[in-house]
Amino acid sequence: MNSTRAPSPTDELELVLALRAGDEDAFTDLVNRYEAAMLQIALAYVPSRAIAEEVVQEAWLGVLHGIERFEQRSQLKTWLMRIVLNRAKRRGSEEARTIPFSVIQPAWNDSGPSVEPGRFRGPSNAWPGHWVSPPSSWSGVPEARLLSGEMFEQVRRALGELPTRQREVITLRDVLGYPAHEVCNVLAISETNQRVLLHRARSRVRAAVERYLEQ
Amino acid sequence: MRHASRELTCQELVELVTEYLEDTLAPSERLRFDAHLRTCPGCTAYIEQMRTTIRVLGKLSEESVSEDARRELLATFRTWKADVAKRDG
Repeated sequence: MNSTRAPSPTDELELVLALRAGDEDAFTDLVNRYEAAMLQIALAYVPSRAIAEEVVQEAWLGVLHGIERFEQRSQLKTWLMRIVLNRAKRRGSEEARTIPFSVIQPAWNDSGPSVEPGRFRGPSNAWPGHWVSPPSSWSGVPEARLLSGEMFEQVRRALGELPTRQREVITLRDVLGYPAHEVCNVLAISETNQRVLLHRARSRVRAAVERYLEQ
Repeated sequence: MRHASRELTCQELVELVTEYLEDTLAPSERLRFDAHLRTCPGCTAYIEQMRTTIRVLGKLSEESVSEDARRELLATFRTWKADVAKRDG
C-alpha cells in the first residue's frame, strides 16, 4: 500500500528543493511515487481514462507552477492530492454537462440498505431478517478469475455508478489504501461521514462482484 | 430501543460490517456481532466477500499512466524549466 512508501519529511524537503532548482531526476522521482495515485483520484471524477490522464498532466503543471509557493507545513503528498482533486472535480463537472456520468443507477437508492431486502426473510417468516439466499464462499474462486481484466472492468463500472461522495471515499480508502484519518483530512469530512460513505460504496461494489461471479 | 442482548439478524449485521472491519463497534455490539458469526455461515461468507472485494479494489491502483502521457509530462517539465531559467536569468 502507498502509506508504506511514504517518504520521510527530510526526504520530501530535499525533493521540493531539488524540484525548485529544476532537477529532472527529482521530478521523475515524484512522478514515480504519486502518478498512479493521482490517476486513480482523477478516475473518480471524470468519465474516461483519456480525460483522467489529461487531468493528471494538468495537475503536474499545477505542481510545477506552485512548487515555489509550496509551504512545508503541509505534507507534500496531501498538497499533490489536493491539486489533482481540485482539477479532477472541475473537469468532472464540465464533463457532466455533456455526458451523463452515471447512466444506470442501482434499484435501491443512496440511503437504502446494503443488501437488497429480497435476500432476507420477511417479518411474517419464522426467521425474520435472516438470509433467504445466503452469500456463498468465494474461497474456491481462482485468483486468475478474481483478478481478471473482466473483473476489474466490472468493478470500475460499479465505481462509476456510485454517487460522487462515495466514489471519492472508496477510491482513497480501498483503491489507494489511505488510512481513514488521511481521507477525512483530504476530503474535509468527519470520521463518521467517511465510514457511512465507505460502507455504502463497499456494499454496492460487493454486490457487483457477486453478480459478476455468480452470473 | 433495541434490547442489548437480543441476537442480531443477518439483515442488521450487513449494515454493521464496515464498523466491524474498522473496529469502531461498541464492545457490546462487537460481542453480538461475533456471536452471530459463530453460528451463521451466510454472514461469515458475506464478511469474507467484503474482504475479497476490498482486495480486488486495491489491485486497481496498479494501473499506471501510459508511456505517451509520461513522455508528454517530461516535455512539460523541460518547458517549465526553460521558462523558469529565462525568467530568473
